[in-house]
Amino acid sequence: MDLRKIKKLIDLLEESNLAEIEIKEGEESVRLARTPRGSYAPAQMMYAPAAGDAHARPATTMPLQSPVDAATGGARSAAEPSHAGPALPDGHIVPAPMVGTFYTSPSPDKPAFVTVGQAVKAGETLGIIEAMKMFNPIEADISGTVLAILCESGQPVEFDQPLFVIG
Amino acid sequence: MLDKVVIANRGEIALRILRACHALGIRTVAVHSTVDRNLKHVAMADESVCIGPAPSADSYLNMASLIAAAEVTDAQAIHPGYGFLSENADFAERVEQSGFIFIGPKPDTIRLMGDKVEAIRAMKEAGVPCVPGSGGPLDDDNATNIGIAREIGYPVIVKAAGGGGGRGMRVVHTEAHLANAIATTKQEAKAAFGNDMVYMEKFLENPRHIEIQVLADGQGNAIHLGERDCSMQRRHQKVVEEAPAPGITPEQRAAIGKVCVEACIRIGYRGAGTFEFLYEDGRFYFIEMNTRIQVEHPVTEMVTGIDLVREQLMIAAGHKLSFTQDDIVLQGHAIECRINAEDPDTFMPSPGLIQHFHAPGGPGVRVDSHIYEGYRVPANYDSMIGKLIVHGADREQAICRMRVALSEMVVDGIKTNVALQQRILADIGFQQGGQNIHYLEKRLAERKDKSLSIV
Repeated sequence: MDLRKIKKLIDLLEESNLAEIEIKEGEESVRLARTPRGSYAPAQMMYAPAAGDAHARPATTMPLQSPVDAATGGARSAAEPSHAGPALPDGHIVPAPMVGTFYTSPSPDKPAFVTVGQAVKAGETLGIIEAMKMFNPIEADISGTVLAILCESGQPVEFDQPLFVIG
Repeated sequence: MLDKVVIANRGEIALRILRACHALGIRTVAVHSTVDRNLKHVAMADESVCIGPAPSADSYLNMASLIAAAEVTDAQAIHPGYGFLSENADFAERVEQSGFIFIGPKPDTIRLMGDKVEAIRAMKEAGVPCVPGSGGPLDDDNATNIGIAREIGYPVIVKAAGGGGGRGMRVVHTEAHLANAIATTKQEAKAAFGNDMVYMEKFLENPRHIEIQVLADGQGNAIHLGERDCSMQRRHQKVVEEAPAPGITPEQRAAIGKVCVEACIRIGYRGAGTFEFLYEDGRFYFIEMNTRIQVEHPVTEMVTGIDLVREQLMIAAGHKLSFTQDDIVLQGHAIECRINAEDPDTFMPSPGLIQHFHAPGGPGVRVDSHIYEGYRVPANYDSMIGKLIVHGADREQAICRMRVALSEMVVDGIKTNVALQQRILADIGFQQGGQNIHYLEKRLAERKDKSLSIV
């Protein structure tokens, strides 16, 4: 099945009221769906506006999530609002062992415990979490290089929230 | 009004608290363990904080974590719900010392009522009728204990002072077994509550469990909202509750209610609370006081029209009670069936994925549950997944409505006790009303022995 055929199918789908088209040609088949099937996976619409296409199509929008979807899927992101960026570098994640305010340095006027690219040994202090006026050191549980610092100094963090990546 | 509240609980009560907060314009912080991210109230809350791993000890019972969550979210108050830390005086104290409002009574009140021996002493002084008993802790002197038991009259029950809620008790029928029973109960109490203090009471053979709901604003005003009958129990756990209690006259209600209200004022009670009694031969005997909102609070709400959780929030915000005793009028009859994720015959917990869920509806039907289709009931916590509450113009109508509601309820994918609840509601003895606290277990035992089902 060549790309032109698939593109025609996409146009067909767009111009119609259909939600889905599935076409089988011999052993090949193509299924195009306008909206994802109620799971929390983002819409995977391979839509490319045709050159000279008079109708400017907006990018597909995420369907309105039901409270169920939001709770089972979206809540993951809702519950972890402070995550920096979509992709964590590969490596060992050091998560927050408690709830509190995360700091990268021992006090505002002192330099940070570690910086990205710095080599650390197991047991070394990477940062602190403060709760109820008490400061808890966050220690590296393995030796390696600090690949990423995922939270900002002064940011509230929750239990298990990824703080550092060591590689 | 309060600005932001941390809901230090989970499941259906957390959702209940969230609803009351949002209805008052109070912002909410849902704290949850790592396995509870998918709780319905977490998705609905304004903010959420993961406070620890699955085990309760490291999350919902983790005082430092809960208070830290209040700190980082800049919350104003903490609502402890029921169970967990709701009756932990140390927690209430730490919350207040950290500068937050604990939605409940003062720490000292919780401490007083948490010590069952002290609570009985205080209630006696306040004129509340109590079960004849040792009046204080038992020491190790056998002769003294035998003397106390003889005075009370067998059978007696040995109870842990640090227990409550049906835990840490042992019945003794004859003098020969007394010494052993006391020693064993003390050992168990030490292990379970870290406190081996025990006391003795007369064991009432066929009592009903009737409790009185109170509200006090901590500013000199207290009222009672009538009684609940919670006699349908299995292993000291309530299964069905109702309000009002069948057979209790308005005069009896007023009399015992007045006693409870006076006791509240005397001890400076603040918030919602429940005085639990055993009722036998027309007499009430105080056993313990619960200084928190209770699981079965909805039946009182249905017959009085008062939103108890709302009142808790108002009281915590410093408001006086906005109604008087005369404003409390009981209307109709309400029944609550606890819905548990458990095998209806073996009572083994049945966690897992809820594949289909249909809640019942119609006039007088209320569903207090956090479950939804696609929700996975975790294995780490108690098995209650919701409550089905029904109100009717009288007890008979309430029973009819409950039977319809139970038949409408669909929870597929896990086992629930809905079938058991249907059998209870169809049971002639239950329909007659006024059964004692041993009735349900007796019927369950009979059913096990019989090869045919009762209904």
